[in-house]
Amino acid sequence: MKIPRQPMPERDPQERKRNFKEVPHGYTPELAQKEAERCLQCPKPPCIKGCPVEIDIPRFIELIYEGKFSEAAKKIKETNSLPAICGRVCPQEEQCEEVCVLSKKFQPVAIGHLERFCADWEREHEEIEVPEILPSTEKRVAVVGSGPGGLTVAGDLIKLGHQVTIFEALHKPGGVLVYGIPEFRLPKAIVQSEVDYLQAMGVEVKCSFVIGRLMTIDELFQDGYHAVYVGTGAGAPSFLNIPGENLNGILSANEFLTRSNLMKAYSFPEADTPIFTGKRVAVLGGGNTAMDSVRTGLRLGAEHAYIVYRRSQAEMPARATEIHHAEEEGIEFIMLTNPVRFIGDEGGWVKGMECLRMELGEPDESGRRRPVPIEGSNFIMDVDTVIIAVGNSSNPLVQQTTPGLDTNRWGNITVTSETMQTSRKAIYAGGDIVTGGATVIQAAGAGKIAARAIDAYLKTL
Amino acid sequence: MVKILKHQRLNETNFRIVFDSSLVAKKIKPGQFMVLRIREEGERIPMSLADMDPEKGTVTVIYQVIGQSTTLLSTKKVGEEICDLVGPMGVASHYPEKGNFMVIGGGIGIAPIHPTAREAKKRGLYVIGIIGARTKDLLFYEEQMQKVTDELYVTTDDGSYGKKGFVTDALKELHQRGKKIDHILAIGPVPMMKFVCSTTRPMGIPTWVSLNPIMIDATGMCGVCRVSVGGKTKFACVDGPDFDGHQVDFDLLTKRLSMYESYEKQSLEKFKKECTKEAALKKA
Ligand SMILES: Cc1cc2nc3c(=O)[nH]c(=O)nc-3n(C[C@H](O)[C@H](O)[C@H](O)COP(=O)(O)OP(=O)(O)OC[C@H]3O[C@@H](n4cnc5c(N)ncnc54)[C@H](O)[C@@H]3O)c2cc1C
Ligand SMILES: Cc1cc2nc3c(=O)[nH]c(=O)nc-3n(C[C@H](O)[C@H](O)[C@H](O)COP(=O)(O)OP(=O)(O)OC[C@H]3O[C@@H](n4cnc5c(N)ncnc54)[C@H](O)[C@@H]3O)c2cc1C
Ligand code: SF4
Ligand code: FES
Repeated sequence: MKIPRQPMPERDPQERKRNFKEVPHGYTPELAQKEAERCLQCPKPPCIKGCPVEIDIPRFIELIYEGKFSEAAKKIKETNSLPAICGRVCPQEEQCEEVCVLSKKFQPVAIGHLERFCADWEREHEEIEVPEILPSTEKRVAVVGSGPGGLTVAGDLIKLGHQVTIFEALHKPGGVLVYGIPEFRLPKAIVQSEVDYLQAMGVEVKCSFVIGRLMTIDELFQDGYHAVYVGTGAGAPSFLNIPGENLNGILSANEFLTRSNLMKAYSFPEADTPIFTGKRVAVLGGGNTAMDSVRTGLRLGAEHAYIVYRRSQAEMPARATEIHHAEEEGIEFIMLTNPVRFIGDEGGWVKGMECLRMELGEPDESGRRRPVPIEGSNFIMDVDTVIIAVGNSSNPLVQQTTPGLDTNRWGNITVTSETMQTSRKAIYAGGDIVTGGATVIQAAGAGKIAARAIDAYLKTL
Repeated sequence: MVKILKHQRLNETNFRIVFDSSLVAKKIKPGQFMVLRIREEGERIPMSLADMDPEKGTVTVIYQVIGQSTTLLSTKKVGEEICDLVGPMGVASHYPEKGNFMVIGGGIGIAPIHPTAREAKKRGLYVIGIIGARTKDLLFYEEQMQKVTDELYVTTDDGSYGKKGFVTDALKELHQRGKKIDHILAIGPVPMMKFVCSTTRPMGIPTWVSLNPIMIDATGMCGVCRVSVGGKTKFACVDGPDFDGHQVDFDLLTKRLSMYESYEKQSLEKFKKECTKEAALKKA
C-alpha cells in the first residue's frame, strides 16, 4: 500500500485536557481525498455488510475521491440520516473498518473520518435544502423520545408526507447526544442542526413533555395520532449497591454528564447549574460513558482522574479511540480492581474507597473472562469524587402506563425485529429501550426499520 | 415558554406565582410537582403543586426565595415568560381509606399540604390541619386551610400568632387529649419532618412525608435525588416524593442537600452583582 492511512489532525493533549473543545479537527479536503484514494472499490465490499445500516461505502468514498463532497454526503444520507454524528461516535473499528479488506494487511480505510468529513463539508458549505416532501397523508405519528432513533423515525416519516410530533421529556432534544456525550466528542451545535433540519421539514418538537405523566400513549391515540414510536432509551442509572454509595461526592455518570452537557455546568457560574469536581476522581466502569466521565472530570480540574475497572483493559467496551484519547490526556487506568465499600468523613463526604484486586477466570456468558476477586487483596484508594458508570437500565414510565405493552425480564420493550412493532398494534419501539444500552447507529437503524413499517401500516388505514 | 399570569408577594420570603399551562393543570394531582427552568442558562428547579385550575388552565406554585434561581424567579413580572415548566412529576399523595387524616404543614410546606387537604375532604375524610411558621409574618394560607379542614391549629415558634411552639407541640397536645388520628401527611423543612416522625413513631400513627432532595431531570435518569427509605435507595423524583416517614433516613437527606452549598452561594452572589449592575445601568 503506497498511501498510509491518513491520521485525523487533533488538538494537543496538554492543551485539550483542560477545555471542552472538540478533540479531532476533521479532515481537510486534501486529506480526505488522499484517504479516499486508498479504497480499493472492492466488487463485493465487506464494509457494507459491516455497517448496521448498510451505507454504500465504496460509492460515497469514490465521490469524495472525485471531489463531489456534497454528492457523497447525500449518498450516505440515503441510509443514514445522521452522518455528522455517526462519523464522530460510531465504533467503526468493530463495524465497517474491522472488515475492510485492507485491514488484513494494512490499516483499514478511515471510513468514519470520511463520513464525518462529507457531512461537515455539506453543513459548512451549503444552505441545507429541505428535500421534497410527499403530499400530506393526513396521518399523524407521535415519536416518544428524541434520541438518534426518534430523530431518524421523524425524518423518514415526514418525508413520506405524514405529520410527525416528537415528545421529549427534557428541555432539549437529542437524547444521549445532548445530555450524555460531551462537547469535546460531539459538539452540541451539530445535534441542534439535525433537529433544525427536521423542524424545517415540518416535524413538530415538543420538549418538556413526559409521556406517561402528561399524556399516556393511549391518550395520544385518543388525541388523533395513528401510530407511536417509542424511543425512550436506557436512561436509568445502575448503582453498585455497596455500603456508602449515597455519600456526598458519589454520583452517577448520568448526573455528572447531564450537569456538564445538558445544563452546561462546565461553564458554572456562567450557567446556573453547579457541578462538583474533586481533586482525585475515580470513575467506575469501562465503557464510553466511563471514558466521557473521566475526561470530563479531568477537564473540570481533577489532579488525578482514574478509570477503575474490574476486568482488564482488553475487555473494556469503550471505543478504542476514546481509550487512546484518554491515555494521551493522562487518565490513569486501574484495572482488575473492584470497589467493595466507600468510606466517608464526618461531613458525609467520600474520602476513600476500599477495593479488591481481581484476576480473570473462565469466560462468562458475554464471552469475556470473568473477573474473580483475589481474597485478602483489599486496599484503600484515596478519592474525593466517585462517578459510577456501570450501566443503565430502561426507564419504566411508558411501559408502566401502557397496558398490553410486553417487556422482557430487564424491562425492555419486546418487538418483532423485522418491523419493530411491539405487542400492541400501531405502537413501535427501537433503540436502547429495546436492546438495552447499545449504539447510536443501532438506534438509528432501528428507526429506519420502524419508519418503513409505520409507513406501511399507515397506508392500510 | 410558559407565561406568568399572577405573581404576588405573600410575605418577606414567600411568593405565590400562577402559570399558564393548560395541559399540566388538567393532569396534575395534589402531591405531585413540576420542574421549572427560568432562563436559558438556568437550573431546573422542582416546585410542588400549590393549586391548579383545570378549567382556566393554570397551576400555582408557592415558593421561598433562598438562592439564585428563586431570587431570579422573584424578579419576573406578570406577562413575562419562563423557559420551561414540566410536569406532573412524581406520585400523587396517598390517602387513607377512611378515618381522621391529619395534614401538617411547616413553613413553605403549607403550600403543598393545601391541595392534598382539599382532596382528602372531597373524599369524605375528616381532615385535621396543623400549620406552623417561625413567626406570624411568615404564615400564609390560613384562610384557605380553614376551608379545607374540619379542624385547624396554628402555631408560631415565637408565639407571635396562634399557639406558641412547634407543629409537633400541637400534635402532641391533640394526641394527649385523645384525639383519634389515623394517618398523617407532614410537609416542611427536613428537621420538622424528622421531628414529626420521631413524635409519631411511639404513637404508632402512620406518617408520610414529602422529601425535597436536590433534583435535576426529575425523570429517574440521574439519581441525584436518591434517598434512603427502610435501608433501600429510592429515587425521590419517581418513587416519591412521598414516603413512609418512619423509614426515612433524614440525616442522609440533610447531608445530601448540602452537597452544592458553596457553589450555590457563589451563584447567588454573582447573580446579585448582576442585578446591582443592571439597576445602576437603568438609573444612568
Ligand atoms: C455517556 C454516553 C456515551 C456514549 N457514547 C457512545 C458512542 O461513542 N458511540 C455510540 O454509538 N454510542 C454511544 N452511546 C450509546 C448511545 O448514545 C445510545 O445507544 C443511543 O443514544 C440510544 O438512542 P435512543 O434513540 O434509544 O435514545 P436515547 O439517546 O437514549 O434518548 C432517549 C430520549 O427519550 C427521552 N425520554 C425518556 N422517557 C421519556 C418519556 N416518558 N417521555 C418523553 N421522552 C422520554 C429521554 O429524555 C431521552 O432524551 C453512549 C451513551 C452514553 C450514555
Ligand atoms: C419535590 C420538591 C418539591 C419542592 N417544592 C417546593 C415548593 O413548593 N416551594 C419551595 O419554595 N421550594 C420547593 N422545593 C425546594 C426548591 O426546589 C429549592 O428551594 C430550589 O431549587 C432552590 O433553588 P435556588 O437556586 O433558589 O437555591 P440554591 O441556592 O440553589 O439552593 C438552596 C438550597 O435548596 C436546595 N436545592 C438546591 N437546588 C435544588 C434542586 N435542583 N432541587 C431541590 N432542591 C434544591 C438545597 O438544599 C440548597 O442548599 C421543592 C423541592 C423538591 C425536591
Ligand atoms: S472494504 Fe475497504 S477497501 Fe473495500 S470497498 Fe470497503 S472501504 Fe473500500
Ligand atoms: S432527579 Fe434525576 S433521577 Fe431524580
